[in-house]
Amino acid sequence: MAEITLKGLAHSYEKKPTGAADYAIRQMDHVWHQGGAYALLGPSGCGKSTLLNIISGLLEPSEGDVLFDGQRVNELPPEERNIAQVFQFPVIYDTMTVFDNLAFPLRNMNTPEYRVKPKVLEVADILELTPLLDRKAKNLTADEKQKVSMGRGLVRDDVTAILFDEPLTVIDPQLKWKLRRKLKEIHERFNITMIYVTHDQLEASTFADKIAVMYEGQVVQFGTPRELFERPAHTFVGYFIGSPGMNFMAVNHRDGQVMFGSQPLPVSDQMKHAVANASSTNASSNNIKLGIRPEFIAIASSEMADSVPILVTSVQDLGTYSLLTFKLNEQTFKARLPEGHPPVGETAFAHFDAAHVALYIDEYLVEAGHE
Amino acid sequence: MNNKVPNNRAWLLVLPMLVLVAFSAIIPLMTVVNYSVQDVLGPNARFFTGTEWFQSMLNDDALQAAFLRQISFSLIILAIQIPLGIGIALIMPKRGWQASAVLILITLPLLIPWNVVGSIWQIFTRGDIGLMGWGLRELGINYNITRNAGDAWATIILMDVWHWTPLVAMLCYSGLRSIPEAYYQAARIDRASKWAIFRYIQLPKLTNVLVIAVLLRFMHSFMIYAEPFVLTGGGPGSATTFLSQSLTTMAVGQQDLGPSAAFSLIYFLVILLVSWVFYTTIMNMQKDKPPHGGA
Repeated sequence: MAEITLKGLAHSYEKKPTGAADYAIRQMDHVWHQGGAYALLGPSGCGKSTLLNIISGLLEPSEGDVLFDGQRVNELPPEERNIAQVFQFPVIYDTMTVFDNLAFPLRNMNTPEYRVKPKVLEVADILELTPLLDRKAKNLTADEKQKVSMGRGLVRDDVTAILFDEPLTVIDPQLKWKLRRKLKEIHERFNITMIYVTHDQLEASTFADKIAVMYEGQVVQFGTPRELFERPAHTFVGYFIGSPGMNFMAVNHRDGQVMFGSQPLPVSDQMKHAVANASSTNASSNNIKLGIRPEFIAIASSEMADSVPILVTSVQDLGTYSLLTFKLNEQTFKARLPEGHPPVGETAFAHFDAAHVALYIDEYLVEAGHE
Repeated sequence: MNNKVPNNRAWLLVLPMLVLVAFSAIIPLMTVVNYSVQDVLGPNARFFTGTEWFQSMLNDDALQAAFLRQISFSLIILAIQIPLGIGIALIMPKRGWQASAVLILITLPLLIPWNVVGSIWQIFTRGDIGLMGWGLRELGINYNITRNAGDAWATIILMDVWHWTPLVAMLCYSGLRSIPEAYYQAARIDRASKWAIFRYIQLPKLTNVLVIAVLLRFMHSFMIYAEPFVLTGGGPGSATTFLSQSLTTMAVGQQDLGPSAAFSLIYFLVILLVSWVFYTTIMNMQKDKPPHGGA
């Protein structure tokens, strides 16, 4: 059983990092609780795989500590960490049969053969590999190979955490869904901590109970898929989660109004207050943004209460909803219209749902005190 | 799914290749076949002999002895060069300037012409001025390649190992470099020992380059001529007379065109047969065995 704690962790591939840009992982603290299903979500090159390799021990962090149940394991090699890792491309031992592949980690630990066999059969059964046990692993399909790689992690009784590094990249879309379900099933059956690295938000939210979103070497938000959607803690999370991502407006406070360029925005009084506060205290940085998800923008042809005039540039019908692109103050916005929404002309009006307008100062969410 | 339309016009596409192969291989080979079944006494005097030359060649004691020597030589150098080549490839540096430096150093022997290799070793092993010959003699070892068959053999093998192991090492090195890092990482997580990593990851991934290495080295060594000819001249006695030297003596020295043609064909077929058998066996080993029994 293991609770994985990262304490003041940072990593750089340079020998002598000179600035923040040299760090693949910037100073971070994080706890992965025993038995959780987690996803590590982020764009390519944000440090996800680096972080995973540090947890598994393939990489030694340049700063900070990795703790398993409070024990420092920085210097422990992967073979002594009781973790398993599944890689992006299936790793199988070509010349061995599927059975021997699955038995390999057990045999490396000198497990007696009478205990190897039942364990391998059990895992093969869970992964539906039983009919393939006698086949050479070399001739399997990509998804079968990936199941074999996962199976090698599952056969060991001492494994307390399995790390997945984008394991479904090479799998066909229909099979992806099946394998993800399988993973979920395995997670429920064995009390194993699972950390799943992906850049696909759908994959992350179907697999994980909690998602850590990584951006530029840092975890910018750690929460349930719902929290990530409803209250993005960082502008990057707003932009990265949801399709399309959140709309952001750089605003300032002028004459008792929240101004987006020359356009006063109709926002709640609390929000006006918060923006006013931020403008006065953060005068130097002046990086104040309002964010609103495309789902919470209402569009109508005629003027509504608290609405702003907009210029509609296009409407895309995506089946169950339409995606409307419009311009406000020369900036492009996206709004999601429900099915059967009355058509709008080139000029229309947009209403931002005040409860879902979020305030970001220096890219991080600030609670404006409404709701 | 199998509803192919028979279309014999495709043969036309093979025709250019066939013409090319005819001129590069078949026609020259047929002239040899032509000689092998005739006794040519002069420009206008030739007799058809059938398989007579083939029979006499196969029953020739000297040739049989040369054949045995040739086979032993090829097997010995393969047994040394393949494991040694793999071993060198495994310990070669993987990146940085050291990798380039070692690659260049290792490749040098491959760039030296056969005749020169023979000459270098001929001088190297001389008792009076050669470093190795003189050194061994100073150490009290009675080393003399012109007198002791054992010394001659050991020297030729050493020379061939020196000249050609780099080829095996380089092929293996390229094979090893193509193994993705994830394999080594997965092996560490699976707690594989060094030996297990070699046996189940590196060696299987090297199979293809090793097949090429073995084939190349077998064919090369089976045809070896210039190096032992320059070094020992086939001696002492006929201790290091290999097949191609026997052939040269017969064809060029004695102008026995019929027998040497027959001999050449047998020689060629032996190489072809061994290579084919070896290749087919290896390729069959990689297929799934028909299911039988448990795992």
